Amino acid sequence: MKAELTLQPAEAMGAEPSASFWKDAWHRLWKNKLAIFGLAVIAIMSLLCFAEPLLCRYVIGYSYEQQNLALGPAPPSRAHWLGTDALGRDLLARLLYGGRISLMVGLCATAVSLTIGVIYGAIAGFAGDKLDMVMMRTVDILYALPFTIFVILLMVFFGQNLVLLFVAIGAIEWLTMARIVRGQVMSLKHQEFVEAARALGLRHGRILFRHIVPNMLGPIIVYATLTVPEVMLLEAFLSFLGLGVQPPQSSWGVLIKEGAEMMEVYPWLLIYPALLLALTLFCLNFLGDGLRDALDVRGSKD
Amino acid sequence: MLRFIARRVLETIPVLLIIATATFFMMRLAPGGPFDTEKQVSKEVRARMEAHYGLDKPLFEQYLLQMKHLLQGDLGPSFKYPKRTVNEIIADAFPVSLELGCEALAVALALGLLAGMVASLKQNSFWDHFPMSLAMLGLCVPTFVMGPLLISAFALHLDWFNAAGWFFPRDRVLPALTLGAYYAAYIARLARGGFLDILHQDFIRTAQAKGASGARILLRHAMRGGLLPVVSFLGPAIAGLLTGSFVVETIFGIPGLGRFFVTAAFNRDYFMVMGSVLFYAVFVIVLNLAADIALVWLNPRLRFE
Repeated sequence: MKAELTLQPAEAMGAEPSASFWKDAWHRLWKNKLAIFGLAVIAIMSLLCFAEPLLCRYVIGYSYEQQNLALGPAPPSRAHWLGTDALGRDLLARLLYGGRISLMVGLCATAVSLTIGVIYGAIAGFAGDKLDMVMMRTVDILYALPFTIFVILLMVFFGQNLVLLFVAIGAIEWLTMARIVRGQVMSLKHQEFVEAARALGLRHGRILFRHIVPNMLGPIIVYATLTVPEVMLLEAFLSFLGLGVQPPQSSWGVLIKEGAEMMEVYPWLLIYPALLLALTLFCLNFLGDGLRDALDVRGSKD
Repeated sequence: MLRFIARRVLETIPVLLIIATATFFMMRLAPGGPFDTEKQVSKEVRARMEAHYGLDKPLFEQYLLQMKHLLQGDLGPSFKYPKRTVNEIIADAFPVSLELGCEALAVALALGLLAGMVASLKQNSFWDHFPMSLAMLGLCVPTFVMGPLLISAFALHLDWFNAAGWFFPRDRVLPALTLGAYYAAYIARLARGGFLDILHQDFIRTAQAKGASGARILLRHAMRGGLLPVVSFLGPAIAGLLTGSFVVETIFGIPGLGRFFVTAAFNRDYFMVMGSVLFYAVFVIVLNLAADIALVWLNPRLRFE
């Protein structure tokens, strides 16, 4: 009971950044017009993509898998705003549906890599000594491996299921996160508020995940934002090799692949998905850069 | 330095062992086998073929046998191309991928370093903003969009190059540009950052005070330090160029190792997959080591660690 009471000031003082820290950061971000533009575009895009079933039913009038073989590939028109693909499916509906998959892969795989990276890095940094050395040498070695090759093998051998895709991509993207987190933990673990928590007799796990980890939210958020576009690119890359999601499902990578095959005759099939993917990646990168400046995080890229 | 290299070389042994083991068991646990696809063969023929390649033995025995062959440098036969060994296929196909990779790297370094240095010298001017916006664009346009766009513009509309193929020297231009663009963009950003850090330091001001010309300051004083971030990126870049070339080889119809690898995985061509995975791993590890040595050479402070 007593320990709980004395804990309060310690947390208020140092364990979690004060409210004004986040307020200041938001002010700095707000001044960065490109980053705000990126944030707005991402928000609108996610909203549209996740509302795809509703939009398809009430606004567009076609579902993503509804074929119209008689129509075939048609250029943009009043009925099909962005045209149709080779099977006469509405491109806009397919773009929204594909966007939902692409964004979901981006978020879920980032979440996987975030979880692994933060836990691994935090343990390595907190433990120090031999365990730290072994763990970080392992990361160094893994860095040097051609991981994409393994993901390709995994996807070829065990079928193209979405969950496997999240896990496989997440499993190769956590290395940088682990390094960043370890560095942060190393610099935080000798500060007074950690000493205080230790003096109160808290267990290691609690000190680490209740007191140290919340203090590194800045770098973690920044790096996670920068991981999302990387992951989406990797998904598109796999889809382009024919290893992503299966038809009639689609993702932006799948749509780009289909579009590239027919770009001479039906250029809109390549242009719209490519534009959408590039715009999203652009905005995510701007947002990440802006967050890095706003949260004053140094050296978080690489 | 020698100890550092020796340690790194020794470390690769368990790594390669783990890679080989993981690849072996992943392949064998996966559903499907090399003789499942295309035309149906009778049970007897299939059994004979499996016996011929030793696939009828217990799994663990197969594993030991393959490890023994691998240690002897024998990557085994290919199921898909029965007349050729995996060693021969790699020896044929890899030089093509290597050439493409080197050309792409040259493009990336030339464009990236030039843009990065100019941007850092003319910070916050048009010559900073313009190349850096291009670089941002380059980072966001994936290879498989860049390739078709370049083909459409320069091969189909302007008719300067062939849309696909790998026969004439000019066939190299579009694939190298496609593959190199992303890395050029990345290197430009790294080089700009690296040179900006260096150009604000005191020893540069000293050189300026002593009347050294701009070119001399850049090449003689700032080059070494400014290049550091770029050199440390080279290791990952090379690994990326390798895998990136899968897509570029597909788009431009280039007979490189990337295409063989992907088809081999689809065909369950066990020995071919194992051979190319190990080959890629050794290649990437060696190049990473080279990049690390270059880094230590450029940055004497690292020598004491």
